Amino acid sequence: MRRDRWWVQPALIVAALTVFGIYSIVRAILSKYYAITAGGAHLQSPFFSPDLPGIFSFKTGLPWAFLVLWAPLGMRSTCYYYRKSYYRSFFLAPPSCAVAGAARRRYTGETKLPLVLNNLHRFFFYLAVLVVAFLWYDAIRGFFYHGSFGIGLGNAIMLINVLCLSAFTFGCNSWRHIIGGKLNCFSCSSAARTRHGLWQKFSILNGHHQFWAWISMFTVGLTDLYIWLASSGVFTDPHHVF
Amino acid sequence: MAIEHHDYDVLVLGSGGSGLRAAIAAAEAGAKTGLVCKSLLGKAHTVMAEGGLAASLGNVDPRDGWETHFQDTMFGGKYLNNWRMAELHAKEAPDRARELEHWGAVFDRTPDRRMSQRAFGGHTYKRLVHIGDRTGLEMIRTLQDKTVHSAVDVFMETTITRLIKDGERVVGCFGYRRPTGEQITFSAKALVLATGGSGRIYKITSNSQDCTGDGYALAYEAGAEMVDMEFVQFHPTGMVYPPGVAGLLVTEAVRGEGGILRNALGERFMEKYDPKRMELSTRDVVARSIYTEVKEGRGTPHGGAYLDVSHLDSDYVRRKLPSMYDQFLELAGVDITKEPMQVGPTCHYFMGGIKVDADTGATRVPGLFATGEASGGMNGANRLGGNSLGDLLVFGRRAGLGAAEAAGKAGSVSLPADELAAAQAEVDTFLNGSGTENPFQMHKELQTIMGDGVGIFRDREGLSEAIGKLEGLQSRVGNLRAPSNRLDYNPGWQLCREVRNMLTVSLMISRAALMREESRGGHSRLDFTAYSDYWSENNIVTHMHSDGEMVLTPTPVITRDELGALVEARKEAEKAS
Amino acid sequence: MSETLTAGGTRKLQIWRGDLTSGELVDYELETEPGMVVLDAVLEIQRSQAPDLAVRWNCKAAKCGSCSAEVNGRPRLMCKTRLDHLPADQPITVEPLRAFPLIRDLVTDVSWNYEVNKKIPPFTPREDLPEGDFLIDQADTDRMSEFRKCIECFMCQDVCHILRDHRLHDRYYGPRFMVRMASLDMHPLDGLDRIDQIADDGGIGLCNITKCCTEVCPEGIHITDNAIIPLKERVVDARYDPLLKILGRNRRRPGKKKPAV
Ligand SMILES: Cc1cc2nc3c(=O)[nH]c(=O)nc-3n(C[C@H](O)[C@H](O)[C@H](O)COP(=O)(O)OP(=O)(O)OC[C@H]3O[C@@H](n4cnc5c(N)ncnc54)[C@H](O)[C@@H]3O)c2cc1C
Ligand code: SF4
Ligand code: SF4
Ligand code: FES
Repeated sequence: MRRDRWWVQPALIVAALTVFGIYSIVRAILSKYYAITAGGAHLQSPFFSPDLPGIFSFKTGLPWAFLVLWAPLGMRSTCYYYRKSYYRSFFLAPPSCAVAGAARRRYTGETKLPLVLNNLHRFFFYLAVLVVAFLWYDAIRGFFYHGSFGIGLGNAIMLINVLCLSAFTFGCNSWRHIIGGKLNCFSCSSAARTRHGLWQKFSILNGHHQFWAWISMFTVGLTDLYIWLASSGVFTDPHHVF
Repeated sequence: MAIEHHDYDVLVLGSGGSGLRAAIAAAEAGAKTGLVCKSLLGKAHTVMAEGGLAASLGNVDPRDGWETHFQDTMFGGKYLNNWRMAELHAKEAPDRARELEHWGAVFDRTPDRRMSQRAFGGHTYKRLVHIGDRTGLEMIRTLQDKTVHSAVDVFMETTITRLIKDGERVVGCFGYRRPTGEQITFSAKALVLATGGSGRIYKITSNSQDCTGDGYALAYEAGAEMVDMEFVQFHPTGMVYPPGVAGLLVTEAVRGEGGILRNALGERFMEKYDPKRMELSTRDVVARSIYTEVKEGRGTPHGGAYLDVSHLDSDYVRRKLPSMYDQFLELAGVDITKEPMQVGPTCHYFMGGIKVDADTGATRVPGLFATGEASGGMNGANRLGGNSLGDLLVFGRRAGLGAAEAAGKAGSVSLPADELAAAQAEVDTFLNGSGTENPFQMHKELQTIMGDGVGIFRDREGLSEAIGKLEGLQSRVGNLRAPSNRLDYNPGWQLCREVRNMLTVSLMISRAALMREESRGGHSRLDFTAYSDYWSENNIVTHMHSDGEMVLTPTPVITRDELGALVEARKEAEKAS
Repeated sequence: MSETLTAGGTRKLQIWRGDLTSGELVDYELETEPGMVVLDAVLEIQRSQAPDLAVRWNCKAAKCGSCSAEVNGRPRLMCKTRLDHLPADQPITVEPLRAFPLIRDLVTDVSWNYEVNKKIPPFTPREDLPEGDFLIDQADTDRMSEFRKCIECFMCQDVCHILRDHRLHDRYYGPRFMVRMASLDMHPLDGLDRIDQIADDGGIGLCNITKCCTEVCPEGIHITDNAIIPLKERVVDARYDPLLKILGRNRRRPGKKKPAV
């Protein structure tokens, strides 16, 4: 019998994921205050990127963010790291190591619907790369105020956020497989050698996948919160245009 | 109740490297083969080997070849080796190493993608095939997988307590299954002893619990000859602290990577003993040097020498010696990248063993074969690091083939009832007899006697005293009884027979040590410090007389004319330098 | 430097005694030596207080993987666990592994693992190899080498909830053998396509990558990240990825043949 406080970690994870989930839903439904445009700035919240109404020029009162949010959420919910944490903390399978889980009559792991769909993680990775590309676009655009370069708190936050998201995205286990892990011989061709080199680099990132998963989740949330507060007039985004 | 019984052409006792290799060879030769071991499969003592497997592949240094390996082995063994064994070993080790790789073993590579080889004490060229510091594990796992996919039946956690003879011939054996205590018998047309060494006769040893010299005792009792029993290798660097891990090996690679030995005064004392090779001198020399420093009052607080790698880059140390780093941090609370280790000699290997025919592993008892550390002759007075793993493969295979061939020629065998009854009575007495001697206690006494009297340095007085005490123990050994009489997984019961075996082995060692009045390789006499001409040409062969007495006979070394030139050339070269 | 470790004084151990039918934790007290590990304590108790205490060990050097037990509820090698690293204010519990049938006291019947191993075809060289020495790169060796560090302590098997709690021994090989499968499937010269075995008989889909195996591995093998997840991705290639299927590349495994059944 484990006598340490093994339940602390799953409890914290439940709390954090629940808060984040509720926050995202509330924000998507709210569907406003998602861009700082004062002073020629264009700081777009990551929850609302790509800016579909902007790109396709439509106006809607409906929570359109769900049309984009499913991709990053799908990335996270099929991510090998997140799977570990929600299987442990929500499904209690197992709640912690060497602790008996919730008695389930039949355990089928990831062999049956819906969990078998987790095997399609790589497609969410592809989509996540697309989303990250948009966020890079947003982050760079954020440094221009009416075409002039400027630095402010908001665009700095956006840059940090997209860096963290990239670190998370490219630490993906599926990506590590695709880039080189799937090879059985790392040395049998020059292409294989190159891919081995890349595999080693992404393996380092992958080793910190859990870290970047949490950090990037917080940075996304905080970036959105910042933009929400600044665009709704609680404060103004401090910046300097050169 | 009927006893569980099995019939084999070839039965191998022991699942270390040599036993597994023998079983594979026998099965491939078409013999119906069984394999018995005391522990679980894959846990035999071989799993602990770290440094590597010596084979003159010449991948790293193309100058290497079997001739040099042969010469190194002979020089290391102070020319007491069985020449033919040293020859076969040097010639066949490369093929055995390649074969292992074809069975799935994974070794470190050279830049041109071949098996890499590392330097080791006493080897002229870089010769040891290795993977990190866990070569034995790689070898065991590979052979284990090969075995379970060969036609070999494996009996794990089964202890053999007696060989059974029909007249002159060994026809099988008797033992019990440890988890249940149920008795089991085997009949075999040929039986291979691959039971390893006997390190547990010393308190300070790098050997695992299995190493209780069962094979030595079983073969001796069955009438086989033993050779070179006085030569015990003390590895210079074992842990000395904390007490629970005293003896645990500190691999030679620590010195290979640049570790420095100092005494309590901070002196680099190897300058005194071997200024040329310093820390990388042969094991016997380094072990004696450390021992002398401690004896003369310059030892560390825990009675050893300091072995220091803290002058090396700490990342390098962690990368090159990962398990040593862990071992000291975890077990001794010492960070070896910052502070020195304390080390002292630890009983490591038995050069001596059952006397066998080099080509087939046959003993002089019909139907009985031996291989691996259980057999003797290959290593002479001192073994070079890495030569054991090669030995296991080369002679394991040969013994397996030899046994299969003998089995093919033998008629059917059966176990004589009286022999069987005697074997049963013995284990039963340990369990239900009226004895009062506690095996745990007697084991401790034995270890103390051996440590005090038959350690690294020996003299007539100490040896005679030890022999006296051992004989005292012998008079009590019939009185051994396990403290508990349950059958299932009873450690005391197991130890009874093991103590008896270890006592037999200890007597062989001490008597041979008393007889050899010189210092050579693993045998150092304070009263005879030099080589003797007579003993440079003789091995000591031990056997049991029909009246039960132990008989020791000096016997000329087994030489081979066609190798004379190589040996002479090496002797000349040594003299010249 | 090389400071003397402090002796722990008297410690209390609670060792599980019993067999399949009944058993309980029994209290023992012993005077500890500095640096003592759990196995030292158990053997001392065996020597002086409980001569019939069943315990399995061999190397006492963390190399053979025999002495696995659950210390304070966590699978550990007894010979590598120092008493003074365990909380001093509580007794130390020592219990047998739970994923396997008990023989007695601390000894369990681990033979199921050996049965599983028998089902895994050994390394089989590709048929298209040139004559002569194997040529393998250190890069490939390094990847396989991590898996081959395994000492078969079976603690990962013990802690894996699929075996431990759900008792699905007939449907999942367990992490130890996923590690073995990885070492074979990633061998550059291995000629068998092992994906079907990994997915079907091996049951990799049951693993929900909760990583307890990795947490307990005494050899520090990244069982989940380096063996199981990469194998899962290989299974995805072969079975689940519709894109690869359309391109006809889902079964492209150069040099590898399906094993004869
Ligand atoms: C720490 C360490 C490091 C080493 N490093 C190296 C190295 O780098 N290179 C090298 O060449 N050598 C090395 N050696 C030496 C080498 O490992 C051994 O000499 C070798 O492994 C012995 O193998 P074996 O097959 O003869 O027997 P073992 O591996 O000792 O196996 C003996 C087998 O016999 C069985 N057995 C014993 N008695 C009975 C019985 N009564 N009934 C049934 N079964 C029985 C046991 O269960 C076991 O399976 C090292 C040794 C140690 C201790
Ligand atoms: S990660 Fe998979 S194999 Fe490892 S313990 Fe969890 S379920 Fe078992
Ligand atoms: S993978 Fe690790 S935990 Fe599992 S059996 Fe091997 S060494 Fe033990
Ligand atoms: S006794 Fe070998 S690992 Fe603990």
